[in-house]
Amino acid sequence: MSTKEKTWWWVGGVLIILYCLFPIAWIVSLSFKTTADLANKSFLPSAWTWENYSTILTGTASDLFLPALRNSFGICLIATAISCLLSMFAAYAIARLDFPGKKLILGTALGVAIFPVISIVTPLFNLWRQIGLYDTWPGLIIPYLSLTLPISIWTMSAFFREIPWEMEQAAQVDGATTWQAFRKVIVPLAAPGVFTTAIIAFFIAWNDFAYGISLTSTSAARPVPAALGLFSGASQFQDPTGAIAAAAVIVTIPVVVLVLLFQRRIVAGLTNGAVKG
Amino acid sequence: MASIEMKHIVKQYGDGYPAVNDVSLDIADGEFMILVGPSGCGKSTLLRMIVGLEDITSGDMIIGGKRVNDLAPRERNLSMVFQNYALYPHMTVFENIAFPLRLSKTPDDEVRRRVNEASDVLELKEHLERKPANLSGGQRQRVAMGRAIVRQAEAFLFDEPLSNLDAKLRGQMRTEISRLQRRLGITTVYVTHDQTEAMTLGDRVCVLRKGKIQQVASPRELYEQPVNLFVAGFIGSPPMNFLPATLEGNRLQTPFGPIALDERQVAAVQGRDLLLVGIRPEYFEDASLVDEAKRPYGSVFRARVDVTEWLGDSQYAYIPYEAPEAITAQLRDLSRELDSEELRTQAIVSIDSTSRIREGREADFWLDSRKVHVFDPQTGENLTRDAEAGARLTQMASEDRVEQVQHAQATGQTVGGQSSGGSGASGAHRAGAA
Repeated sequence: MSTKEKTWWWVGGVLIILYCLFPIAWIVSLSFKTTADLANKSFLPSAWTWENYSTILTGTASDLFLPALRNSFGICLIATAISCLLSMFAAYAIARLDFPGKKLILGTALGVAIFPVISIVTPLFNLWRQIGLYDTWPGLIIPYLSLTLPISIWTMSAFFREIPWEMEQAAQVDGATTWQAFRKVIVPLAAPGVFTTAIIAFFIAWNDFAYGISLTSTSAARPVPAALGLFSGASQFQDPTGAIAAAAVIVTIPVVVLVLLFQRRIVAGLTNGAVKG
Repeated sequence: MASIEMKHIVKQYGDGYPAVNDVSLDIADGEFMILVGPSGCGKSTLLRMIVGLEDITSGDMIIGGKRVNDLAPRERNLSMVFQNYALYPHMTVFENIAFPLRLSKTPDDEVRRRVNEASDVLELKEHLERKPANLSGGQRQRVAMGRAIVRQAEAFLFDEPLSNLDAKLRGQMRTEISRLQRRLGITTVYVTHDQTEAMTLGDRVCVLRKGKIQQVASPRELYEQPVNLFVAGFIGSPPMNFLPATLEGNRLQTPFGPIALDERQVAAVQGRDLLLVGIRPEYFEDASLVDEAKRPYGSVFRARVDVTEWLGDSQYAYIPYEAPEAITAQLRDLSRELDSEELRTQAIVSIDSTSRIREGREADFWLDSRKVHVFDPQTGENLTRDAEAGARLTQMASEDRVEQVQHAQATGQTVGGQSSGGSGASGAHRAGAA
């Protein structure tokens, strides 16, 4: 690559990064503004304040925010774990075995993924109330699985297909049972795929609003996105934008941390050297 | 260690195509058997049926006296080296080699001892802590072999293990495999399409064509007494020349002049209008360079040389000839089946590298008529095959073999060729265990 080309790649890259990060920077900036300062017509706050953060963490909004944070973490982690486990088995079967109805399963998964969430919220609301799942953790985990499973199965089966068949056959010849070959050879090789899938699934569950607001009523199970919608200012004339921005910054942090933690595993070309390229 | 017996093995795929068709083959305990043939002949399928990765449609697979048709690969206790090595990329070389032992719940210090032994033999000692991704092709190949030899398997199976290496390394690994097998004296089945590997490694070679066995014999017998046109054309490089011929009295009339046959041969080929005579390139010579003592055993003919190739130690000349349409078509079919594309009917003859025969000129050639074979163009059958002589060759090969194995095990040769104390002891240990 010539120096000129390199420069253009750099300029292009920086522009894209700026474009993507600008809304986040704005939210961060908003979260440090006082209520009166919100419409100051400048990007930066005129006076930096931690007021919004103290409101949601220790102040009036903390009753709403802190339980919601706990719910979100618990529900999303459980939903992600279950969905990863289930989709791992499903994807392995889809990638490796020849069975009738394979296309049907993949097609159905895709169908579920594109089905509009809002159309089943109301029936689900009625059903959950009758069987006692309304406003409980399982009451959210189950619908979250329907959101995360299809995409998990699709990504994971793509990863499984990449793993050479010979790996498993070699393990079987070496004396492994099917289960041992799966656990000791296939799963470690699919680890980048599992992590990628887990992160995608976690984000989908973490970002959900429709189920969160409709299937909960108290802090027993209400997740953060729903709680943010219920924020109110100190008085009804006061704008809660600052507090919402602060909460948004806080809920963004786990996502960023997750990606930073696992990016090496995601990127790692683990199958390098397994077979001659 | 065990013998492998196959009885009427058939492999039929879903579409009814028989990839392996009624194969019966006995592989003796400790024997090195090569399965060879052009691509699509069913050799890999057969190997995978032995190891259990492919279901057997019908027939019996008997390993060590036990029918294994319905056993899973892990219950057959065979070890296999895959074409692309199939190393586990997330494990170190040590763990890769140790994997079969770990699965059989071998105690830790035993694992360490046996992996060290195997890595000594294969000279992998300094790479044990590395990952396969950081190894060269040859090293990966050796790791794959280490994984195979680390446990006491009933037999080794190799599926074209050298086809991913470059030519020089392939030669080295070939001799290493040969030494290793002689030393361990373990039954080995080796699939290849490379005839150098087939000829140099095997005690016996099984030539397959479209899922059927053509001939099972020692390399020498295959070369000197091929059973049909296919085997004759497949074994040998450059390949055997096939010339159209007709019988007149006790002589064959060919484009390169008459060839005299002895009584036995005449009796065998009688009663056919058109014949194919097969002559290996090295049975020809530049007439001016032939030993006077040898000259009466052959005939001299004059022909125009199309191209010559001088390779330093040898020299090849290409001589075009005319052939009837039927023969040309058949030879073209044969060459296509052997994975090559012969465009014109020409003979490849090997002449002395000092010969001054030049391209485009006429020259005198001598041809040794003692070793020609005559084939039936319709069936491809070798009419002049001397079965007794062939059997003698194979018998001699198996006697040599016994001697080599004894010698190799007595001296405890290492794979690299040098004899060192540690690996010598391990060789003795293995021989003892076997």
